[in-house]
Amino acid sequence: MAAHVQETAFDFSAEVTSFQASIKDSGAVVTFTGIVRDDSGTMDHMFIEHYHAMTEASLQKFVDQAIAKFELEDALVIHRHGVLKPGEAIMMVATAARHRKDAFAGADYLMDYLKSRAPFWKKEIFKDYTEWVESRAQDEEALAAWSQEPKV
Amino acid sequence: MKLDILYFSWVRERVGQSQETVETEAVTVTDLVADLTLRGAGYALAFVDTGAICVAVDQELSDFNTPLKDGCEVAFFPPMTGG
Repeated sequence: MAAHVQETAFDFSAEVTSFQASIKDSGAVVTFTGIVRDDSGTMDHMFIEHYHAMTEASLQKFVDQAIAKFELEDALVIHRHGVLKPGEAIMMVATAARHRKDAFAGADYLMDYLKSRAPFWKKEIFKDYTEWVESRAQDEEALAAWSQEPKV
Repeated sequence: MKLDILYFSWVRERVGQSQETVETEAVTVTDLVADLTLRGAGYALAFVDTGAICVAVDQELSDFNTPLKDGCEVAFFPPMTGG
């Protein structure tokens, strides 16, 4: 179980290969990659700020929760900060479980927590202005849904 | 008592700095916000709507009723946008 916060790019293929090689009893590995999206076509880059002293511990807590809740064999989170260009990978999640439903659900759960509870803030930098990305009500609703749902 | 205060995202930009140590008698986070608001227009703007910001005390997400003690690290920021 690992959670990494880093400024540099990560090698998705190498991370998944290494993650898969480390598991023993799982029949399913699910991965998710978040990419910098530029809906307007005019964004120069994204800047991701984070709360250094809190970030890695909070990611580790979400990984531990996901492992316990979905009986995952293992889970991995990598999240970047700093300057990222459109098309670059911001973060990735990998989960391993005996069956695919738990692996998918574990990855989904981790993503919902990362969206709203990990101390990162995204700013979009355009040619003439900058804008902090606002949190969305549906992200909070997605989180709330996990506490209502019976265990998968 | 002394507290280490951190600001992130637009809260940091409005306050005009990312961290500072403040001397305060604030009992709770709400008291601290009232103290900070008096420090200038940028602070007042940052804390104009406390419903729009979050607080972490010693790196744990907390609420504004949380009691404070000497040496606490208190961070203010808007809702997080990771992932």
